[in-house]
Amino acid sequence: MPLVFCIIFDCIMNIELFFQYVAAGVTYGFIYAIVAIGFNIIYNTTGIINFAQGEFVMLGSMTAITLNAFMPLSLAIVLSVLITMLVGAVMEILFFRWLESPSVLRMIIITIGLSIIIREIALAIWGENVRALPYFTGNEVSSVSFAGVHISPQVLWVVGICSVMVVGLQVFFKYFRYGRQMRACAANREVARLCGINTKNMVTLSFVLSAGIGALAGCVVSPITYSQYNMGVPLAIKGFTVAILGGLGNSMAAVAGGLLLGILESFSVWVMPSAYKDAIAISIMLLILFFRPAGLFGRKEEFSLKEF
Amino acid sequence: MRKGYLQIGILCLVLVLIDLVSASFGKTYYLTQLTMSLYYSLVVLGLVLLMGYAGQISLGHAGFFAIGGYTTAVLSTYNLMKYKDAAVVKMFSKAGLLNLREDLYGAEILSFHPWVGIVLSLAIAAAVAYIIGIPVLKLKGHYLAMATLGFGIIVYRIVLGTPLFGEADGVSDVPPFNILPGLSISGEMDERRINYYIASFFVVVMVYILINLINSRVGRALKAIHGAEDAAESAGVDTANYKLKVFILSAIVAALAGAFLTHFNGGIGPSEASVMKSVRYVAIVAAGGMASVWGGLTMAMLLNFLSLRGYFGSYDDAVFGAVLIVIMLFAPEGILRINPLKILRMSIKKS
Repeated sequence: MPLVFCIIFDCIMNIELFFQYVAAGVTYGFIYAIVAIGFNIIYNTTGIINFAQGEFVMLGSMTAITLNAFMPLSLAIVLSVLITMLVGAVMEILFFRWLESPSVLRMIIITIGLSIIIREIALAIWGENVRALPYFTGNEVSSVSFAGVHISPQVLWVVGICSVMVVGLQVFFKYFRYGRQMRACAANREVARLCGINTKNMVTLSFVLSAGIGALAGCVVSPITYSQYNMGVPLAIKGFTVAILGGLGNSMAAVAGGLLLGILESFSVWVMPSAYKDAIAISIMLLILFFRPAGLFGRKEEFSLKEF
Repeated sequence: MRKGYLQIGILCLVLVLIDLVSASFGKTYYLTQLTMSLYYSLVVLGLVLLMGYAGQISLGHAGFFAIGGYTTAVLSTYNLMKYKDAAVVKMFSKAGLLNLREDLYGAEILSFHPWVGIVLSLAIAAAVAYIIGIPVLKLKGHYLAMATLGFGIIVYRIVLGTPLFGEADGVSDVPPFNILPGLSISGEMDERRINYYIASFFVVVMVYILINLINSRVGRALKAIHGAEDAAESAGVDTANYKLKVFILSAIVAALAGAFLTHFNGGIGPSEASVMKSVRYVAIVAAGGMASVWGGLTMAMLLNFLSLRGYFGSYDDAVFGAVLIVIMLFAPEGILRINPLKILRMSIKKS
């Protein structure tokens, strides 16, 4: 307990540092939330947890970095998102579309295998070098002041673009034809098919969508966190933690969960060596799995109806 | 039952034959990698029971392997010389738990005897498996996979971030393990063949235990759990108890393999605890056909040997990823169960 008081005391003494930590936490939190939403989209339509979700983020940012050498930044990002979406589509069509009612174990193992293959291909293409996209506006040292707190403009880009993505997805699922069909699929695939919805295409669409948002998130965060061929696995685990923190399948709760984890992680540096930072997310994940598998915001009854 | 014993006999024969053939061709250096493959096969056999028969996936078994390896590595290398006058150390010494030897430069090293290391590593692995097994095994499907993966990563992080475990370098200069006078586990050139037979002995014993277990009441209970857990439960099978026991057994076997391999190699590094290693064990179990002792053993020997000899080059991880995908897509029953005739018939039927 005294430790907690120390931290609070430190924070009060150094309000600026406090907000820096919050800003860093929010940045990471939004990225985790986007990865979690990617998990949710695919989980809702197929019942699969796609272990290769983090690889979409890696592919998006690495492709954009390469393309940025030949074309302006905005074009490079758009193209890399499209390429990653294509990868998502190809992945679904080649590996999942034609399987007839495979077991969960089989699906898990296939997505794990895919994530390894994508990572190894990325290693062969880009090597082990750490790369980064340039800052969208300004550079490493430029900052925007808010009431005396200095924040990198890239943080605003991350928060802005991720918020737009979250709202955009909500609108898409609520008002657009394909979005509504995907929700129908999620609710009951058999009935959706009987209503004339092409459920197989909806599954492909869900892979495309979650690849796309993952890639875009990878691009906006790349200037701050840097990109490397093996960045996908920790992101996938944290994204999964966030997804179950909010309750699997619930995208708005994922945003809250993401911010919670991001800020917790960023403040954990005050109390323990940063080498153990990853352990926080994993410990939270295990605690949630053991004690509240329906998530912080989920209801137990609803959870017990879902299949894993 | 009889059939199982016949097969074990054949296994012994094959193991001896491998030794004789490699000796007669003057390629006894193959035996080093074969011995390592045999130890890795032990982990796979434990996982066959857990995944194939009890139907519980584990993406954290490299963690148990590392717990075994690191425990014995640290205990048998940590120099107690500077504490040699402390009461506790004297007590250990009197109990015969300590081992005095000299390093390359003649400095004295007082450390625990490998027997202590082995016993403790098995005990720790069993305790950890018991503690995490109770909550983890309540989970199913994705949640089970993620929870075991999380356990594996935590072990990896601890090993990688703790100075006692040598951080990124691991623990080296682990002494040979003298099981009996004249019989020791070490990587020495002239003890290669005897070590190959020691490892073979463990594998044969493990296969014997597995076959007996599978053809017993326990094995039938496990199959029932795999088939339909709720049904098994309502038929009076104590599913939680069986799952936990199998989990602990497979963890102990993994720790045993880790401990012995560490003495054989003379060291252990953090890569043994990595997620990729856990995935590799799962890939091998899948390639062997999940619920197949012989398939798992064959694949473990084959793939590990090829990988250790460096046939996969820098595509080592990619090969195991590809094995996972291809097996799960086209042959979820395992490579050895592929029936070309049946596939032909199926494709004719389809067209």
